[in-house]
Amino acid sequence: MAHTELSATPSSLAAPKPARRPARAIAILSIVALIAIGCFMLIGASANWAFILPFRAGKLWALILVGYCVAVSTVLFQTVTANRILTPSIMGFDALYILIQTIIVFFFSSQALSGADPRLQFLLEVATMAAFAGVLFQWLFMSGNRSLHLLVLVGIVCGVFFRSLAGLMQRMLDPNEFLVLQDTFFASFNSTDRTLLGVSTVIVIAASLVGLKMMPYFDVLTLGRPAAVSLGVPYKATVATILVIVAVLVSVSTALVGPITFFGLLVVSLAHAIAGESKHRYILPISILLGVICLVGGQTILERLFAFNTALSIIIEFVGGIVFIFLVLRGSMR
Amino acid sequence: MIEISGVSKAYGEAVVVDDVSVTLPRGGIVSIIGPNGAGKSTLLSMIARLIPMSTGSIVVDGLDITKTPSNELAQRLSILRQDNHLAARLTVHDLVSFGRFPYSKGRLTPEDIRLINEAIAHLDLQPFAHRFLDELSGGQRQRAFVAMVLCQGTDFVLFDEPLNNLDVRHATGMMKILKHAAEDLGRTVVVVLHDINYASAYSDRIIAMKDGKIHQQGTPEEIIRADILEDIYCTAFEIHEIGGKRIVTYYQ
Repeated sequence: MAHTELSATPSSLAAPKPARRPARAIAILSIVALIAIGCFMLIGASANWAFILPFRAGKLWALILVGYCVAVSTVLFQTVTANRILTPSIMGFDALYILIQTIIVFFFSSQALSGADPRLQFLLEVATMAAFAGVLFQWLFMSGNRSLHLLVLVGIVCGVFFRSLAGLMQRMLDPNEFLVLQDTFFASFNSTDRTLLGVSTVIVIAASLVGLKMMPYFDVLTLGRPAAVSLGVPYKATVATILVIVAVLVSVSTALVGPITFFGLLVVSLAHAIAGESKHRYILPISILLGVICLVGGQTILERLFAFNTALSIIIEFVGGIVFIFLVLRGSMR
Repeated sequence: MIEISGVSKAYGEAVVVDDVSVTLPRGGIVSIIGPNGAGKSTLLSMIARLIPMSTGSIVVDGLDITKTPSNELAQRLSILRQDNHLAARLTVHDLVSFGRFPYSKGRLTPEDIRLINEAIAHLDLQPFAHRFLDELSGGQRQRAFVAMVLCQGTDFVLFDEPLNNLDVRHATGMMKILKHAAEDLGRTVVVVLHDINYASAYSDRIIAMKDGKIHQQGTPEEIIRADILEDIYCTAFEIHEIGGKRIVTYYQ
């Protein structure tokens, strides 16, 4: 083979094997996450441990669950769409969830629902969401190559459409029912919905187990559809299942704390920067740990040190939004 | 053997591939040439099940591609397309390892690792094996993708315009790699080419397409003729015999 590369520089000949950098990152982040959790639980908990610890543990579990859901759903979504800029929230997944919640209250009235078990209502919402998101986003992503800019645009239009439709229906609601509904819509890490914690945990574990079985396909899917098909991935079934998992995870996180648009993007972009490579066995744990650290650590700092209460989502959205703009600009320059 | 019978592809009113029937026998290099919009890449993508056919059937080694599990086809047929933009950050070694995915599902056996290293060596990629793809030149990156496709160990290897954006040296290098795959590794290479002279110099068989149909097919001697090429490309051709190969010029 007469095809040698003459331009090989000495440094490239001594190319180092990719170091244990991702593994080390996971270890360090795990320690940081544990410290954040410890601080969250213990700082300022001088009096009445019996009350404070269970109270904080519930809140902590909600934060961890949300961090996990947002991180995993964003990573998987970026995997099936083979891009690094779009996230479920940017494509309007959580707006869709809010629309579904509104529709259910609209047609069944909150009275009928408040009589029913809220967990049952939640399951109904998650199932509807999974079905809708599955169909809608499959249609969007399966029909061949679409430009990233078109997809961003479609996502923004979808998000606005879902939000305005939900807004319209909310205006037509009985004011009392609206109040009940509105409660669930604001991103807040303080007023997480405790009644849903148990059922959320079960749903998340179930979705994760399904996802775990598909783990071998994740890395191949990042090569994009043509290569994945050529390598024998049953593409349609795999992508459909993953999109349903994403929809379920987004539903859980939206139900617990409300919509947070840029958090997933922030966490996963950071994870890629830290890991330096794209294998899922590194990116997934790093993203999850970062999600937990951001939420638990951020909440600890704001709540305990600054005695602020609602600012975490604003800060996350602010930083995440900047990261998004940066990524879009860099992407369009390439 | 790939048997293509009555295959068409239409997007609404526009028929891109029009009732194509052809059999691609095992062995050698088969080039598909033709003007832009002749349906070459579409036909190739349909063979590789990347886009569905509107009508017709394609059978690879007796397996109907619409009914056979994707993984089984992935052990017989692979494709490399021209746009290989990656969202993922991978090393050359990682990328080539994906070629073994149909067999090992991500858990590489010692045999897989041997084949991966062999493919990397075949394409002279050892110096870059642990470098990330975004740190390589276009030609090196292209070779890494070829290594992945060859590592897949399929009898049929399809290439969609592999010479795009390559300079003369890299283009010739690429054609030599395809020839090596066909002659030394015993693969059947099907390649869409725009450069008629490369097709003439390297192919065992040429399929000429025009307007979604197969216009002519045969050996380079049968196809590389002024009257046939002028018919296909609507351009004046001159044919020269140089070193036993037919070289065409079409610049005047």
